[in-house]
Amino acid sequence: MKLSLGPLQYYWPRQQTLDFYAAVAAMPVDIVYLGETVCARRHELRLDDWLEIAAQLVAAGKEAVLSTLPLIESESDLKAIRRLIDDGRFGVEANEMGAVHLLAERRVPYVAGPTLNVFNAQTLGLLNEMGARRWVMPPEASRDILAGLQANRPEGLETEVFAYGRVPLAYSARCFTARRFNLQKDTCEFKCIDFPDGMILKTRDGDAFLTVNGIQTQSAKAYNLLMDLPALVASGVDVLRLSPQADGTLEIANTFRAAIDGSLTPGAAWHSLAPWMPSGGCNGFWHARPGLELVENSA
Amino acid sequence: MNSKPIELVCPAGGLPAMKAAVDAGADCVYAGFKDDTNARNFTGLNFDENSLKDGIRYAHDHGVKVLIALNTYPQTENWSRWTAAVDRAADYGVDSVILADIGLMDYAQRRHPQLRLHLSVQGSATNYEAINFYRQRFGIQRAVLPRVLSLAQVEQVVANTDVEIEIFGFGGLCVMVEGRCALSAYATGTSPNCNGACSPGKAVRWEQTPRGMETRLNGILIDRFADGERAGYPTLCKGRFEVENETYYAIEEPASLNTLELLPEIMRMGIRAIKIEGRQRSPAYVGQVTKVWREAIDACRRDADHFLAKGAWMAELNKVSEGQSYTLGAYNRPWK
Repeated sequence: MKLSLGPLQYYWPRQQTLDFYAAVAAMPVDIVYLGETVCARRHELRLDDWLEIAAQLVAAGKEAVLSTLPLIESESDLKAIRRLIDDGRFGVEANEMGAVHLLAERRVPYVAGPTLNVFNAQTLGLLNEMGARRWVMPPEASRDILAGLQANRPEGLETEVFAYGRVPLAYSARCFTARRFNLQKDTCEFKCIDFPDGMILKTRDGDAFLTVNGIQTQSAKAYNLLMDLPALVASGVDVLRLSPQADGTLEIANTFRAAIDGSLTPGAAWHSLAPWMPSGGCNGFWHARPGLELVENSA
Repeated sequence: MNSKPIELVCPAGGLPAMKAAVDAGADCVYAGFKDDTNARNFTGLNFDENSLKDGIRYAHDHGVKVLIALNTYPQTENWSRWTAAVDRAADYGVDSVILADIGLMDYAQRRHPQLRLHLSVQGSATNYEAINFYRQRFGIQRAVLPRVLSLAQVEQVVANTDVEIEIFGFGGLCVMVEGRCALSAYATGTSPNCNGACSPGKAVRWEQTPRGMETRLNGILIDRFADGERAGYPTLCKGRFEVENETYYAIEEPASLNTLELLPEIMRMGIRAIKIEGRQRSPAYVGQVTKVWREAIDACRRDADHFLAKGAWMAELNKVSEGQSYTLGAYNRPWK
């Protein structure tokens, strides 16, 4: 079982981001997804910076993949994807059909990202015919949906499952971070940079419910499939995706690696991550339950 | 201006609404079956075999097209329910099916080559490369754009594709990109993508408490209303929440989209169709809104240069708006 580090969802200052990826080189992950996948306005790192980080990670023995935006609205966003594909040195994760189109047209193999809504074997087969070499299950899909897809999976196609982190739940044209500060998106003052793990959205009785992260809305709880590791292994999943957070990413990766290697039991591994899940953990989606639920002893 | 007149596409949650839309001047009506194959899978809504056949006959007798939304994402184990729905729609002689899943598009194109395919808003295609992908691979003839683009961005799409473009003109506003929202799945287990519903009634609880009327969704407090405040349905993105010590409509205020004032611009750009949201609304709503839009489109076609959104039209539309207010939505950039 391989481990991947998903694309950074937050907007960190340039130096913090560079330092983070320098540390990733030594983390026990096999694949690193890079690039801006939330808001086209964020610019602490440019495409060239991401390509440079990718080169460094490849030199450190990782597979580097550049992820595209899940919401492409402008010509400049499309241009960036064309440039990325033309660069050709690294893999690309397509997160909407415009990127799939450009990749398939140029016959470049790619990763079909988690926002492509792959829920059935026919769709998965088509994406594979159009060049997908790996696909990432939508986080809201259950183990039953996965089973249906795995049973019909084309030869050689790898399966990746989002296994740890605050879950990306929704995307909008509208920016909820800017809204909090009564700013418009076009003049947002880049407020995201002050919130390295996003802003917690609480219900009026004080429960941490969601995370506001620019145009993206995430869960407040960390999705954590460690307890379900035996089922993930049994279903033939190739890659588990961990989502970066401001603190603890190294410990989280180490813990997943230890659980996969068998030196920690899934239950013990899950509980050892409690300090990194300040709003608690959940795994409901996997069990076809409301996503925020936690189903214990699920192994 | 485009040579073909813009089409007015109106919602039909049932036969009475479909007839109301036809009578009030719709060019097309759109509807769904009574199950999770469409994105308005609500109790008491939608069409069975008989009502749909009656509806199609009524619409076609009046020269109105019928579009069937099959715009949720089938899963491997229930795949045949969606393909059967495509077959049924084709057999009944509908004018188009509105799809989101590429697997289903592939099926429809192979099995029913004569059937017109529209890309649903649930397909989340926001740029011409995505739309041209669906055109080249699956032969779609029209795409419904998510309600997230500015008018300038819509124009950019129209200029770079042969696919007819349909946009939302009026109705309930999803603040999230359609097809890219799992908030309801997270909170309630009901997924718009897979189950065709959001914030379902079965998860709703209304509770009078000493602090006021509380509305909950699967136990999660969505909002609390003081005495005299109108307590709205707890759609989860329309609740009041606390972020960084401030309690407010953190995601979206209850409001409706209304682009009537933009009609000359919309028609000038060559947008092919304008869609009214609201299959869950009453036949009276459908009739009212269709009538106003019919008049407005006809007035704009007669004389776009002197078109003005009449006060009486806006008043009619405001009466049926959610939250009694309206917004131009993302088509007007400052909204973002």
